[in-house]
Amino acid sequence: MSQKLLRETSSQTAGPYVHIGCTPNFAEMSGVYDEDLGAKMKTGPIKGEEITITGQVFDGTGMAIRDAMIEIWQADADGGFALTESNFTGWGRCPTDMETGQFQFDTVKPGQVPYMDGRLQAPHITVWIVARGINLGLHTRLYFDDEAKANAADPILTKIEHRNRVPTLIAKKQSSGSYLFDIHLQGEHETIFFDM
Amino acid sequence: MTHKSPNQNGFLVRNHDGHPAALTPAYKSSVTRSPTKPLLSFPGSMGEQTGPVFGHDMLGPLDKDLILNFAQPGEMALGPRIIVRGRVLDQTGRPVPNCLIEVWQANAGGRYRHKNEAYLAPLDPNFGGCGRMITDENGAYEFRTVTPGPYPWPNGMADWRPAHIHFSLMGQAFSQRLITQMYFEGDPMIWQCPIVGSIDDTEAIKSLVASLDMAEAVPMDARVYKFDIVLRGRRQTFFENRWEGL
Ligand SMILES: [Fe+3]
Repeated sequence: MSQKLLRETSSQTAGPYVHIGCTPNFAEMSGVYDEDLGAKMKTGPIKGEEITITGQVFDGTGMAIRDAMIEIWQADADGGFALTESNFTGWGRCPTDMETGQFQFDTVKPGQVPYMDGRLQAPHITVWIVARGINLGLHTRLYFDDEAKANAADPILTKIEHRNRVPTLIAKKQSSGSYLFDIHLQGEHETIFFDM
Repeated sequence: MTHKSPNQNGFLVRNHDGHPAALTPAYKSSVTRSPTKPLLSFPGSMGEQTGPVFGHDMLGPLDKDLILNFAQPGEMALGPRIIVRGRVLDQTGRPVPNCLIEVWQANAGGRYRHKNEAYLAPLDPNFGGCGRMITDENGAYEFRTVTPGPYPWPNGMADWRPAHIHFSLMGQAFSQRLITQMYFEGDPMIWQCPIVGSIDDTEAIKSLVASLDMAEAVPMDARVYKFDIVLRGRRQTFFENRWEGL
């Protein structure tokens, strides 16, 4: 390699107090920023099916961790990113609850987005997880269990060798408009994390 | 309706050599929070190659002034006053403009303003510890604060964090998303810290250490620390071809 590339700055853990910098109002520090960034993904009436995604992040002992921060990034209902729908940001940020470890996003079901080769991907959301003890932020994807046909044709889901791990990427429909997406850092149900 | 048409060349493959491994047992919290299976490598698509965009108009006038943004009227945070400035570049050396940077830190006594913090050092009633800014067209940023104190933390019985400021960088795409920490030139605690030590590469650690620049100090006011940050590079056929010829 003769390319004179700079090296990416090393990651360091977000630590237990990530809220101070990223969601200070959640950390009960009000008065600095009007509201926490990413707290609202919908800023007015929007097209598409409104959905709620909840979940927890489990450590290797099976405990839900209470100092993680999750960010999501997704297309709108038409499959566009933050341009086609002005009342929709496409980006959400949620710390896990300090008591229960729960996170929640109120968003819309994303449309289908083409892969590099032009094939349509199944509706999905890009997910990023940081916390104390996580040395490099973890990337994963959330797909939907009521999109079986699209999932069966998805360019990435279909290429995953260990088929028994695919369900770790699929949110489970609870009731109308509500999905459960738990993240497991270790263990039998360890979530698939990506290097993308 | 127009859809954004992102650069589908994607990003340069992440070089993990300069990053900490997921499991670094000297940093005990990593033991139960590190994935045990390899990351799956796939070319990303628009969800990874784009990201939210933030406008400079969302920033308040004091967002990048930690000395004043939590202080009572007419008062200021306590501690040695500093300005931290630098540039955000990508791996190809090009500036990253419009990059949201969020910072957080302990006060000059090493105490965080957080409900879960139990360290006995006192809070500073005029210091919150959060700031944010967006890089300009040259990738430049700066903020004003006080030097954070070192603090003990529950890992080993005598583990103290070196003085540091946490940085979150949004980049221009989710693939560039990064959280890191900035340390201070000359601090002996850097080389004893299990979190710093999670990076198994001395040169990479040195790139997290801000340098003191007395030439730019504001007289009778603040010293200046310089800290440049490199995010993953966007793959550009044009530049790669040029490099071949160099
Ligand atoms: Fe810290």
